Amino acid sequence: MTRWLAVLMMIGGACAAFQQPMARATGVADRGHPEIRGTGDLGIVVERASGSLVVFDASRRIPIGRIEGLGDLSHASAVMTPDARYAFVFGRDGGLTKVDLLTSSIVKRIMQAGNSIGGAISDDGTLVAVANYEPGGVRVFDAATLDTVADIPATWSGGRSKVVGLEDAPGRRFVFSLWDAGETWVADFSAGSNPSVTRLYGTGDRPYDALITPDGRYYIAGLFGEDGLTTIDMWGDTLAPRRVLQGYGNGEAKLPVYKMPHLEGWAHAGDRLALPAVGRSEVLWIDSRTFEEVGRSKVHGQPVFAVARPDGRHVWVNFAHPKNDTVQVLDSLSGAVIKEFKPGPAVLHMEFTPRGHEVWISVRDANAVHVYDTRTFEKKAEFTAASPSGIFLTSRAYRTGF
Amino acid sequence: MPSAIVILAAILLVSTTRTVHADAVTPKRAVELERLIRHDCGSCHGMSLKGGLGPDLSSRKFNGTPPPAIAAVILDGIPGTAMPPWRPLLSEAEAHWIAAYLAKGSAP
Repeated sequence: MTRWLAVLMMIGGACAAFQQPMARATGVADRGHPEIRGTGDLGIVVERASGSLVVFDASRRIPIGRIEGLGDLSHASAVMTPDARYAFVFGRDGGLTKVDLLTSSIVKRIMQAGNSIGGAISDDGTLVAVANYEPGGVRVFDAATLDTVADIPATWSGGRSKVVGLEDAPGRRFVFSLWDAGETWVADFSAGSNPSVTRLYGTGDRPYDALITPDGRYYIAGLFGEDGLTTIDMWGDTLAPRRVLQGYGNGEAKLPVYKMPHLEGWAHAGDRLALPAVGRSEVLWIDSRTFEEVGRSKVHGQPVFAVARPDGRHVWVNFAHPKNDTVQVLDSLSGAVIKEFKPGPAVLHMEFTPRGHEVWISVRDANAVHVYDTRTFEKKAEFTAASPSGIFLTSRAYRTGF
Repeated sequence: MPSAIVILAAILLVSTTRTVHADAVTPKRAVELERLIRHDCGSCHGMSLKGGLGPDLSSRKFNGTPPPAIAAVILDGIPGTAMPPWRPLLSEAEAHWIAAYLAKGSAP
């Protein structure tokens, strides 16, 4: 009898000893989040006016957490770590915040500049770069610690330029453009933490944003000061800006631009790129290899985002103030508007699920986030968020230029 | 002497216009304009108006610029720059209300 009891106690003791490291190994259960889960379907919504984020589960279409204390998040954007667990959030006020989506908490937050516009993460996930207006330049940080790795002042003859269109390129490189100087720089970190910086002149008059194609080959900068865009073939032996779509405005006066369009790799739709025109109520279609214009779509207002569904079949477009209550969906083959609807006042952003079956839309002045089926256009879910703007899914971790 | 009269007349004209305009904005519209300043001017100037692609709009930056001059920039923009004319979207009264709001540093 006593022998049995001893054996039972030994088994019990072994189980207890086994459970202890198990609980620690998950790393999550310890902090009061008992659920063990993946992160591939998580995302964040920026609440721009309150400096907070809503963490959501895109499969269940529900918010699962909230993170506060991120400062001024007007015009905030985010990039994701390769393990799809952490996001780096770039605030307008120069704040750079690393957040943990599993625990809905801030891991680390630094103030790295006075005024910022966005950032990028290197292809290997080890470097986070931030584009700054003030002081003009790019600062690069260690993704694990947020310690400074490099400071690249955007110095030109006019002083320091505001930096826009910061994109990651394969081979631990970052590419960005100088609004004031009209230049594009490539910072190559392939040899370590001391970058070699290549300075390209002649990008054009006031580049306002840029994209890099999903294969990492072409960097394309939109220009505010002239009718056209500039491409750089990153596969070329020598990098040189090449002007495309010159004179797309046909010499007509531009409409007043109340909000700059945004460019991103989602422009790629089949064998075309869909690009928002500046100062015109048009989406421009160009061949993704020759960069010749292949068509243009007349749309509801001046486009801000023209985002291809991940399969490229449709392009969803939202618009600048005061026409920002509307979304139009374009057919990528014909360019025709196949659907128009009004989600509500101030539609700011659209984010597709990785395979494009649903789209998440922020409706700022309705304090709401909507989820739509992208084929039936049926609203599948809606939840409250305070002045929502950018929406970022963890699947961005696996896309060049996101 | 004639020039002094012209200046005086201009000042009178400007101040009366401003008063009339400021009165013409209802409290409801004022709330909407405040939102417009924060979010739509904020697209370029930052939500707290400390600057972005466009310059800092904190009151100290105006350095005593009279509100009617600010209103003129709001209404007609600055050609050759990214500052658009807001005349298609705002009445003169509303532009003057915004100018007064910015000049006295009521920015959010």
